[in-house]
Amino acid sequence: MSDAFAWLYSDVVKEHFTNPKNVFNPDEGFSHNAEGMTGNIKCGDQMLFMLRVEGDVIQDVRWKTYGCASAIASTSMLSEVVKGMAIKQAYNIKPNDIVAKLGGLPDNKIHCSVLGDKALRAAIDDYLSKNGRSGEFRNEGARIICTCLNISDRDIEDAVKGGARDWNGLQERTKIGTVCGGCKEAAEELLHEYVHIFGDA
Amino acid sequence: MERRFVYMDYNATTPLRPEVKAQMIEDLELYANASSLHEAGRRARSRIERSRSAVAELIGAKDPERVIFTSGGSESNNTVFATMFHLGRTGGRKGIVTTKIEHPCVLNAAKWLAEEGFPVTFLDVDEYGVVDMDQLKQAVGPETLLVSVMAANNEIGTVQDIKAIAAVAKAAGAYMHSDATQSVGKIPVSVDDWGVDYMTMSCHKLYGPKGIGGLYVREGCPLEPLIRGGHQEHGFRAGTYNNQGILGFGLAAELAKTELEGYVERVGGLRRRLRDGILAAVPKCRVNGHPDRVLPNTLNVSFPGAEGEAILLSLDLEGIRVSTGSACASGSLDPSHVLMATGVGPELAHGSIRFSLGRDSTEEDVDYVVSRIGPIIARLRSMSTVSY
Repeated sequence: MSDAFAWLYSDVVKEHFTNPKNVFNPDEGFSHNAEGMTGNIKCGDQMLFMLRVEGDVIQDVRWKTYGCASAIASTSMLSEVVKGMAIKQAYNIKPNDIVAKLGGLPDNKIHCSVLGDKALRAAIDDYLSKNGRSGEFRNEGARIICTCLNISDRDIEDAVKGGARDWNGLQERTKIGTVCGGCKEAAEELLHEYVHIFGDA
Repeated sequence: MERRFVYMDYNATTPLRPEVKAQMIEDLELYANASSLHEAGRRARSRIERSRSAVAELIGAKDPERVIFTSGGSESNNTVFATMFHLGRTGGRKGIVTTKIEHPCVLNAAKWLAEEGFPVTFLDVDEYGVVDMDQLKQAVGPETLLVSVMAANNEIGTVQDIKAIAAVAKAAGAYMHSDATQSVGKIPVSVDDWGVDYMTMSCHKLYGPKGIGGLYVREGCPLEPLIRGGHQEHGFRAGTYNNQGILGFGLAAELAKTELEGYVERVGGLRRRLRDGILAAVPKCRVNGHPDRVLPNTLNVSFPGAEGEAILLSLDLEGIRVSTGSACASGSLDPSHVLMATGVGPELAHGSIRFSLGRDSTEEDVDYVVSRIGPIIARLRSMSTVSY
């Protein structure tokens, strides 16, 4: 039995799936000063992150999700990792860091771990915005995709949030890939992922 | 209830029946090439022909010669669509009419024909998964080459009125094909009563081995081989006879025919027990598929607020093996095309589970599943962003 499960997911994933940490429970009276929601139910996954931030440090965190085992486990792990962390550092956590801590995820489930990371950043952005610091971390942890025009994964994310749904729409908003075109494959992969997460939101 | 292992994924595949397994092991000695003229070859061949008769009897085909052995349902379906390709490209009729809820091998074969320039219509179904007869009558006409409708759906179990659909196809002079992979051995199947020209079967859905299936072809209906080679199966399907597979299929078919009445009664009773138990144990869930015209073993339930793969793996941890058409489990991001076609919407489609029972299922299995599903759904709902 455990062998069969381990084939699909690591023991760490199984533990976080069966006993997820920091799940929001309305009865416990958790107070928070920032929250972020991402994903949408039409795509089969949605995530809510709630933070209590004091002096730019995450004091405590709660979350909820409509998602698969990978989404539940990776968000549980993420919620443990960011407790006590400075928001700037938390903003820079990569989904791959969480996947590594989980002992890996199957390739087709990696995108499920991205959701928690996006919801966390949305919550931190919410905190910044409430404190008159909108967009302060905008370029934190950004990865340059189009080296010709210096366009990052964050720019692609923003373009999708702004309505880009395909390659033409992305180019209209960012001019990505209009010089050498070498980034098209990587950019389209991100585009697909972000449309899944933010599309129809 | 004490923890136990429960297999409720019989629509995915069935275990090999002990009788069939024992017979197949014995038959491993029957190694001779069934096309050989010597005594050993003739002996193998005569056993193969007995299997053919048993399969023909199960589907009500009077002439066993009209049954061709293939490697399974996907090959049988593809052979029919390849035949239509050859017929259509030489002129005359080219229209293909099928449904939105077919198995991927029919959907993808139909899409291939569409890419090759054949006009293909994918019919809608109603909220229960029943083909829209008015739309069918509109879609089928003098240009229609083939109507292909599955007899019963693998995900939701809805059974179509193939007889009525075939009548529409025949009245227009089109060929009628039905993928009966999920029907054979679960409900009465009769190629003559239904009036089908082609019908697809698979052996591993009826407690026989994998890698063997069949295609019924009515006399006078054309067939183009998918696999060319020797003269086996009258040249319609080349390749050395799969002795063990075919013999296993024959015995499985024979047993299925004998037991069909009892199966429908007993498994149908278990399905009702499971359905009523789940509806009582889980608030606000919904049974998909037709309430009456449904396979006796198939129960598809949507659990709003909980995601399908998370439900499946939670059940798996309790020793319960089920299936989901949910995106996350299969690796694709799209929810089940069958549930979407019935109009349940992505919210419900993403949280659906298929329980498929079988001849080894017991009341204890059903009660165990009912005892576990309530807490699992409650737990997932308690951490869900979706209110229901």
